[in-house]
Amino acid sequence: MRGIVKRFPGVVANAGIDFDLMPGEVHALLGENGAGKTTLMNILYGLYAPDAGEIRLRGKRVAFASANDAIAHGLGMVHQHFMLVKPFTVAENIVLGQRTRRGPFLDKQSVVHEQLLALSRRYHLAIDPAAEVWTLSVGEQQRVEILKALYRGAEVLILDEPTAVLTPQEVEGLLQILEQLTREGKSIVFISHKLGEVLAASHRITVLRDGRVVDTVPTHRTDQQALARMMVGRDVVLKVPKGPAHPAEVCLALQGVHANSDRGLPALRGVSLEVRAGEILGIAGVAGNGQSELEEVIAGLRPVTAGRVTICGHETTHRRPSEIGRCGLAHIPSDRYRLGLLKDFTVAENLFLQRIGEAPFARHGWLDQTVIQCAARELAAAYDVRTPSVATHAGTLSGGNAQKMVLARELARNPKVLLAAQPTRGLDVSAIEYVHRRLVEQRDKGVGILLISTELDEILALSDRIAVMYEGEIVGIVDAQGADVNEIGLMMAGSKRQSREEAR
Amino acid sequence: MSEADTVPMAVAERSRIPRWLVNSAAPLIGAVAGLAIGAVLIRLTGANPLQAYATMLSGAFGGPRQITETILKASPLLLVGLGLTAAFRARVWNIGGEGQYYMGALCGGIVALFCANWPRPLLLAAMLLAGVAGGVAWALIAAVLKIRRGMSEIISTLMLNYIAILVMQYMARGPLQEPGGYLPESAQFAASTRLPVLLGSRIHLGVLIAVLFVPVVYALLWSTPLGFRLRAVGSRESVARYAGIHVERAILFALAFSGALAGLAGIIEVSTLHTRLKAEISGGYGFSGVLVALLGRMHPVGVAIASFFFAALIIGAQSMHVVSGLPDALANAIQAVIVLCVLAADALARRRQS
Repeated sequence: MRGIVKRFPGVVANAGIDFDLMPGEVHALLGENGAGKTTLMNILYGLYAPDAGEIRLRGKRVAFASANDAIAHGLGMVHQHFMLVKPFTVAENIVLGQRTRRGPFLDKQSVVHEQLLALSRRYHLAIDPAAEVWTLSVGEQQRVEILKALYRGAEVLILDEPTAVLTPQEVEGLLQILEQLTREGKSIVFISHKLGEVLAASHRITVLRDGRVVDTVPTHRTDQQALARMMVGRDVVLKVPKGPAHPAEVCLALQGVHANSDRGLPALRGVSLEVRAGEILGIAGVAGNGQSELEEVIAGLRPVTAGRVTICGHETTHRRPSEIGRCGLAHIPSDRYRLGLLKDFTVAENLFLQRIGEAPFARHGWLDQTVIQCAARELAAAYDVRTPSVATHAGTLSGGNAQKMVLARELARNPKVLLAAQPTRGLDVSAIEYVHRRLVEQRDKGVGILLISTELDEILALSDRIAVMYEGEIVGIVDAQGADVNEIGLMMAGSKRQSREEAR
Repeated sequence: MSEADTVPMAVAERSRIPRWLVNSAAPLIGAVAGLAIGAVLIRLTGANPLQAYATMLSGAFGGPRQITETILKASPLLLVGLGLTAAFRARVWNIGGEGQYYMGALCGGIVALFCANWPRPLLLAAMLLAGVAGGVAWALIAAVLKIRRGMSEIISTLMLNYIAILVMQYMARGPLQEPGGYLPESAQFAASTRLPVLLGSRIHLGVLIAVLFVPVVYALLWSTPLGFRLRAVGSRESVARYAGIHVERAILFALAFSGALAGLAGIIEVSTLHTRLKAEISGGYGFSGVLVALLGRMHPVGVAIASFFFAALIIGAQSMHVVSGLPDALANAIQAVIVLCVLAADALARRRQS
């Protein structure tokens, strides 16, 4: 790809990007959110037309009109969110949308199965073509996606944030698959913003920033610190320094808590845990193992079917969110837009979402706009929320600024317990650094923090103790000091519980 | 490179048309388009469109009498529309303005019929309060169904309209029928129940009350914690819950408030215009109120403008029918076309902005 330019109203997403891919290599595309990675790959995959620049495939100039066009030229893309029909089998999913070779009838299942088995043997992608997709783990579903691209004759695979949903063991498995694919001469574009994986997976790395290429470097000649500096444009502290914790009294306790998911199925099955003032308890786990239900139960947003929740000595099991807040809980929600902020309300209104009806913001049933604006300006400045003014709608803020706004609001309530769920989801490296610093600062102030995150790196970097969640249960709690990543990974995959059950 | 620089410039250029200008120009353009389509319709019947529109205009604004008529028509629309504005801001879709209007008229009318000998200030106050109470009570049925049983307020309020109209019919034909009368209507209210009028005009206290509610609703929505909660629930219910707002209470208030204003409109209308209870007292104000609230972009000032515009359209179409002899149906059709065009232009303008 040469000199690719793509403009959207108001922004230049790609400002003259050069990118090349050799046969048999893994070329990582690294950059923060909004750096232009996805735009560039969507252009390559035929989803967008570039405003300028050219794409050459094996020396020949090409212009793809659609994704189908790109597929026909041997490109395949594995999206971050899988495009699979859950009740269909692996084979059905793979032939879905393909022209059959037998007129109005579908291809013979046995033929397809045979081809798939041959492919999966060749690339070491262990997959049963007859299995229904919903029965597969996330890692296996990803393999189906890769297989689908290979079945359609892909020579070039584009993987968009492929590790976001995987356990450490599954990541390991994916890396092996990639190695096998490159050995067979396939080329791979590996899109990511995680430095560690990029270093482990790729041969070369191209770093994008603000729609431009910062540099393309061979992987063996760079390191995390250098890559982070290229991504952000300044030195970044990757691991926030933190001293030993001084845990005091228990400030958040759950005892045998049960709760159901939105679909009415048991999502929490007897969760018991304790968070002490001045420590960070991290909840590790693969997404969808009850973390969001745990978050909502503590915040009073989901009914508890059994068990009890206590905050600073007050039982809050069936309390309303406002009452729980008065007991000392602040909550950084995992889904900013579903829970955390009102997009069409101003930054000032969002900064005092819970407290706007109280003095000094309201007196005698009347809002005091002067006080609100003033306090909002102060708070926004203190937490470095970059906004044209506090009267701007919160929906126009960037992800990082929106999260800083939520952080400012929650920490300004002087909590005793902080429930931080996915506090850095979708943020770029510098915003992550900021949020992490603030969390550690709160811990050192004596706040008890429950950190729920599906990013294992984040859990490892911040926690004093780590609890692992699997299928609605806490399957183990370990000290973060000297924690074994492998052991945690195995617990996240449920092996610990299985072996315990076998032992019975 | 130079090309890359000019593109964002062009974007900035386009958005330099101030928002308020787009906002106010769009409905006008829509109205003109509606009038043009209406002209074609009039021409098809063989009449002269310009002449017809002239009658329409003079019918609504031709003189003090006409303007008074338009204002009187606008005030119940304004009251209902303002109440619904507060409800719609909370995303509570009260379509039951009509039923609440009827219940307000009925409850207030009962006070007017049976307490006519009370001192006048007390009588008028009791009448208006009874009207409010009737509207609130009727809206609360839908509120309880929604909060306790999760029933959509759109369906319940809509259905309650028909029940309210039938209740009124029954009362006017049965218990409240004028003694010795044979029409399905109550006895005429005593003269003491009429709302006072302004210096020899027909503009009455009810109009004043309606206008007064414009700043009241504005202040409620944007200057009180209560209004903040209503808007927060309307903006995103899950966030409102997270923020500790009692969502059910907000829904209850939204329905009660809109019911109150619709009920108030009902009792004001019967006490000043019909002076008795009967089934034909509305002219669809409860339904048109929904339109007025949306046309006014759920903003009190917008609703005031929209209700006046809508009233002028009704009065103008009536006089077009009476004076120019155009068919009633055509007058109604033109009215509808104009409203549709204004709404369409408005929607278009808003889509362009986002």
